[in-house]
Amino acid sequence: MGLFDLFKKNTSSGTVAKDRLKLVLVSDRAGCSPEIMEALKNDIIKVISKYMEIDTDNLNIQITQTESDTTNGFVPALCANIPIKDVIKAGNKDRRQTT
Amino acid sequence: MSEVIVITSGKGGVGKTTTTANVGTGLAKLGHSVVLIDTDIGLRNLDVVMGLENRIVYNLVDVVEGNCRLKQALIKDKRYNNLFLLPSAQTRDKTSVSPEQMKKLTDELREEFDYIILDCPAGIEQGFKNAIAGADRALVVTTPEVAAIRDADRIIGLLEANNIGRTDLIVNRLRMDMVRRGDMMSTDDVVDILAITLIGVVPDDEHIVVATNQGEPLVGDDSMAGRAYMNICHRILGEEVPLLDLDVSDSFWKRLAGLFKKN
Repeated sequence: MGLFDLFKKNTSSGTVAKDRLKLVLVSDRAGCSPEIMEALKNDIIKVISKYMEIDTDNLNIQITQTESDTTNGFVPALCANIPIKDVIKAGNKDRRQTT
Repeated sequence: MSEVIVITSGKGGVGKTTTTANVGTGLAKLGHSVVLIDTDIGLRNLDVVMGLENRIVYNLVDVVEGNCRLKQALIKDKRYNNLFLLPSAQTRDKTSVSPEQMKKLTDELREEFDYIILDCPAGIEQGFKNAIAGADRALVVTTPEVAAIRDADRIIGLLEANNIGRTDLIVNRLRMDMVRRGDMMSTDDVVDILAITLIGVVPDDEHIVVATNQGEPLVGDDSMAGRAYMNICHRILGEEVPLLDLDVSDSFWKRLAGLFKKN
């Protein structure tokens, strides 16, 4: 592959199409409906909120793919991006309640 | 032993009907007895692609409802007397037929024909369920486009879930010039994503439009699409045929030769 091919590969729409398709199909094949994803998201918020204060508006959870450690190729992965506002430590929490 | 083949795609407009017409005609050309069934009730099209629209008396729904005998509804092809069409009904809808009735119908046709080929409607609802009910194997048609491939993936999953014995892929309307520029996914890309066996690649070919205009499937002629469809027929019969070298299709000399031939 020549230098120009490398350059071309970054911009060619065929490659863009293939990459986009791969992502779409990972979530299609996982069979997670938007309702299930929403329920999952709410449960995750509930659990994490017990330990820290999170920014629920900017929270993002989706099924993507990631390179597998064991086999060659990609495997589906649940990716969660959860911004933390404040870490509520058990000690801190107790102090707040007492004062 | 006869075989029931469903031709499906999920997405509309990728070439199911054209593929059905050409694969069916090709198998008939190779000496097998073939019946084509248009299962797209309400949107009948296979008859016009085959050029048999003026000969329809009875249709699929008439047969299922017992308004006529099966033999009365079968239309003999213009060119091959071992090729028949069972047209769909134009004024009814998908709910007029059930999967059980389709299964019974295809089993009845197995007695008479080597190949029963079903043209499946687009979508994954009742029409799809009807079409696959009696099928032994499936040919999934897709074009190298994001939407078509996504739908094909869904269809492949549904075919697996319904225990269809064998599923092969046809990549339709490939444009080698665009693939070379990197502006279209290649056959390898599509096969890589869908992960099923490839049974044929049909190039985007103007001859298809001409053939459809005239109502005469072009399978077996010397156009690129005609040769590609004939190769698919051979592969359906279990023969090993190498893939066409599509790069040849737009070579200068070939095009020049084509120009002279037309005039």
